[in-house]
Amino acid sequence: MKHCLVVDDSRVVRKVARKILEELNFEISEAEDGQIALSACRGAMPDAVLLDWNMPNMSGIEFLRALRRESGGEKPVVVFCTTESDVSFITEALDAGANEYIMKPFDREIIESKFAEVGLVELSR
Amino acid sequence: MTPTDFDFVAQLLKRRSGLVLGGDKLYLLESRLGSVARKHGLAGLAAIVFKLKAGDEPVARDVTDAMTAKETFFFRDKTPFQDFENLVLPALLKARAGSKRLRIWCAGASTGQEPYSLAMILREKQALVNGWRVEIVGSDLSGEVLTRAKTGFFSHFEVQRGLPIRLMVKYFAKERGQWRINGDVRSMVEYRQINLLDSFVGLGNFDIIYCRNVLSAFDEATKRSVLERLAQLLPGDGYLVLGAGEASPLSAAQKANVA
Repeated sequence: MKHCLVVDDSRVVRKVARKILEELNFEISEAEDGQIALSACRGAMPDAVLLDWNMPNMSGIEFLRALRRESGGEKPVVVFCTTESDVSFITEALDAGANEYIMKPFDREIIESKFAEVGLVELSR
Repeated sequence: MTPTDFDFVAQLLKRRSGLVLGGDKLYLLESRLGSVARKHGLAGLAAIVFKLKAGDEPVARDVTDAMTAKETFFFRDKTPFQDFENLVLPALLKARAGSKRLRIWCAGASTGQEPYSLAMILREKQALVNGWRVEIVGSDLSGEVLTRAKTGFFSHFEVQRGLPIRLMVKYFAKERGQWRINGDVRSMVEYRQINLLDSFVGLGNFDIIYCRNVLSAFDEATKRSVLERLAQLLPGDGYLVLGAGEASPLSAAQKANVA
């Protein structure tokens, strides 16, 4: 079973994402900011990270840059999931090593489509 | 809705579009015709049937459009687009090196995701088609979806179904709260309203025809007729691309490649 770390400061968003990803057969752990997420990754690198941008303590983009510098930190597939939808943000995320990018609001089909895009799931249709 | 009314609507749809509406599809009528009723200020299905029986053409057109509308998204099913990029396009670039001309038809193009997906692939491969004249024709029975396809506007949800983010930032721009595909990609596709039951005379020949997730709505005789007439527009080394699970009833003697 693949392991996905869901990083978002909103408990509601984490819960929704967890439900969708569990249905897609992922094992889920949660982190409420980039700092906590980074510690979690140092403990055990997940296969995938669903990553919010704006969070207290450490933002998503700061987390991503730090993650990619860690040993084994190039491995997790990182999918941003944020309300930021300006092309400048998307480009910045891709340059920092994000693999895909979801603009909120999202639904099950978007998560499935984007995760299929980066080879984490097979599309059911 | 009475069985007689259901049959009346089913007959009308068959006649206008070839769509075969099975007896178990009452729910489909109910779920899809709500917006048609609202648009025409009608109370519900019964009122729609009343208008249809009176020969109301705008209502009949909107009912047909709503019932034949198909779900579509960018790079749907992936494989046909990978095949286009890796097999079909290289083969045709070689075979047509003399004329430097390629014609592609997306039948049942709906809101344009399929032809625009092909256009983006061609943009990505621009160096290979420099100096070529590549035409992409997108057709649909419904004028309404084609009007939308032409404008190139897609919703927040549509641009996140099947479209890789790298292509989205490269070929789309945010405009009026939606995402609009750039003018240089839009201009690569020409849209035409075509009913697949009608004659294809005057369309000319094509090198590749995409007719995906369209035929399943038809009965066997209609499927065969459409496929045979499409095959006539293809040269021997042309490609006919159908949807997954849409087996072709064409005989092996008919020479088009069926991908």
